[in-house]
Amino acid sequence: MDQARLDSILSRYGGEPYDLIPVLQDIQDGYGFLPKEELKVVAKSLQVPVTQVYSVATFYKMFSLVPKGRNQLKVCLGTTCHLKGGNRLVDSLESRLGVEVGYTSKDGEFSLETVGCLGSCAQAPVMMINDKYYARVTADKVPKILKMYQ
Amino acid sequence: MPRFESVDHLTQYRREVKARLDPERPQVLVCAGPGCLPLGSEEVAEAFKEALAEKGLDAKVALKSSGCQGLCALGVRVLIRPQEITYQKVTVEDVPEIVETTLVNKAIVDRLIYQDPATEAKSAHKGEIPFYKNQQPIVLRKLDILDPESLDEYLALGGYRSLRKIFFQMTPEQVVDAVESSGLRGRGGAGFPTGRKWRICREAEGAVKFIICNGDEGDPGAFMDRAVMEGDPHAVIEGMIVGAYAIGARQGHIYVRHEYPLAVKRLKIAIEQAREAGFLGKNILRSGFDFDIKVSQGSGAFVCGEETALINSIEGFIGEPDNRPPYPAQSGLFGLPTVINNVETWANVPEIINMGADWYAAIGTEKSKGTKVFSLVGAVNHTGLVEVPMGTSLRQIVYDLGGGIPEGRPFKAVQTGGPSGGCIPEQFLDLPVDYDSLQEVGSIMGSGGMIVMDNTSCMVDVARYFIGFLHAESCGKCTPCREGLTQLKYIYEEITSGRGEMEHLTLMEDLCRAMASASICGLGQSAVNPVLSTLKYFRDEYEAHIKEKKCPALVCRPLLKYTIDPETCTGCLACVRECPVGAISGVKKEAQEIDQELCIKCGLCYEVCQFDSVKRE
Repeated sequence: MDQARLDSILSRYGGEPYDLIPVLQDIQDGYGFLPKEELKVVAKSLQVPVTQVYSVATFYKMFSLVPKGRNQLKVCLGTTCHLKGGNRLVDSLESRLGVEVGYTSKDGEFSLETVGCLGSCAQAPVMMINDKYYARVTADKVPKILKMYQ
Repeated sequence: MPRFESVDHLTQYRREVKARLDPERPQVLVCAGPGCLPLGSEEVAEAFKEALAEKGLDAKVALKSSGCQGLCALGVRVLIRPQEITYQKVTVEDVPEIVETTLVNKAIVDRLIYQDPATEAKSAHKGEIPFYKNQQPIVLRKLDILDPESLDEYLALGGYRSLRKIFFQMTPEQVVDAVESSGLRGRGGAGFPTGRKWRICREAEGAVKFIICNGDEGDPGAFMDRAVMEGDPHAVIEGMIVGAYAIGARQGHIYVRHEYPLAVKRLKIAIEQAREAGFLGKNILRSGFDFDIKVSQGSGAFVCGEETALINSIEGFIGEPDNRPPYPAQSGLFGLPTVINNVETWANVPEIINMGADWYAAIGTEKSKGTKVFSLVGAVNHTGLVEVPMGTSLRQIVYDLGGGIPEGRPFKAVQTGGPSGGCIPEQFLDLPVDYDSLQEVGSIMGSGGMIVMDNTSCMVDVARYFIGFLHAESCGKCTPCREGLTQLKYIYEEITSGRGEMEHLTLMEDLCRAMASASICGLGQSAVNPVLSTLKYFRDEYEAHIKEKKCPALVCRPLLKYTIDPETCTGCLACVRECPVGAISGVKKEAQEIDQELCIKCGLCYEVCQFDSVKRE
């Protein structure tokens, strides 16, 4: 466990119990997941029971207790994307990447998730790979997009 | 940016900035809003940078990325000022031509301007295009002309003028009065009178109070708040300063959902700028009033849009709502009186102060004042953000602004209010949109998502979709919601898989009664709306699924059959490559065949076939 790295995250905040979620967000962004040892230190540091830390870590969708892939795909399944074939996009990605929604590929390259809404509804179906948005993604566009990350 | 120690200093600076930002100077504004960003607006802006430099125009012409320019369906949008020419569907390849034709030769690139789908008339200017000229922008007014990271520009457009009025010409009581008289109602969905909420909080006991901006826009189909937070963040901050002064709060939070990283970035930049200028912090403009704002991020939970769940989230807990009363205005963040309002509500406040309550109350209907921003999406030609006075009819929104349904397909329903809303059929198209009228027909205003549906949507599937969404997002705390949604989800799966019974419909209605009356929060209570509204207006579709095991709109996968027409199939094998289960086979360049035993009815073959050979029934 990298104490120095964790300390640098904790030092950004005031050490109060209500800093729990921002701290966990920084750890998730920095490490790609929430390691168990780090969580125990956070609990002690913020004076929050480990059970609460665990409850928060498992309640919110952005947190993962296992490492996510190097490339994180988020397929929007908001209403408009659903109506415009978002589910077919999911099927196509699952099939091409060999990974199910909610999981990461064996080589750790891709993790696939669906999200409620990405807020680009006018360009449905929408997906994000890491920080980049892709618009009007019908199944025929998928191979070309994936190639950029493979 | 100087730190403003007085109103006079600010007024003087504003004058200087206005003079410096010559309105006659040519400007190219590339839309970088939620619709255009995924279409490549960054690349278009980069192309403009190069093209302008090449022509030696980079000093003369100001190039900016703006907030949402509205008509997202025809993005990437580019606005040329001062002529107010609006170009649409601009690609990187078009840029050199625009620079040459419009910026050098002052002419218009005909193929990139708007064309009316019905009359085929072309219009180069916003004021001539129905989508724009039928709007009354208050909240969206600055989005297309403002660089959201420039406080100077915000000031030049009259930003932070309200501070002079509130601090030096009005008492906090008078500010509450003004907001109450304006008739502003919460734009997050429930429509509670904003002034009344402020009054309750102002009168609550205790010296420490909070202001919260709810930026957790979780309704799928809604991106109004995203556009405002990204495109005009200072308007939100200014509104919050007014609110804080009115109720006596020293600390504010803006809670932004995790899925909006750009909004978080812009708000943080704007807050830093406001602090530097002295609009946030201690003794603002020497008024004696202190106020500062923190940005809190959501972590991917729709239920955190509910005010008490949001508050619990800020406090470091899971997003479970609490029983109300007590309401946050009396007991909110850390148990202290808290006003929590939606982004759009806050963004309306500065203009209400600047222009007066009467001005605002003159817009809209008797019980719903002002304007509302809608995200008009789905089966409509002009998808995008629109802002219209309350009382505008659905027909006007869908047809006059929205340009009607693509390919002339028949209108089926418009869904408002997100997962808590209902589906409104054709017979109500002339309904004036306001809080009460929408409720009367079984829907709600909600945050402003307005999803148009044509005959390719199955209303049973739509309801199933919303119940599935709410089931995944339910916090699980109360039985009516947690178990009710689980059972509703199961029933919908049965109905859409051909195992439905008529008794299921009665059972759903019973479940809805229980959920509506006994759930702790709005998620469970209004989950019944999509179910009951579709049962009421589209019962025939439910019956077709149950009695005939058919989906009339050809959406529900288990009830479909895909076949390949041997007459038109060219044997290109596109579908074979796409099929996830290898159900299609045949000789190359000859007609292919789908094995019905293996077919999972995903529809991918249908989507990729270029020859219309895959048939769906």
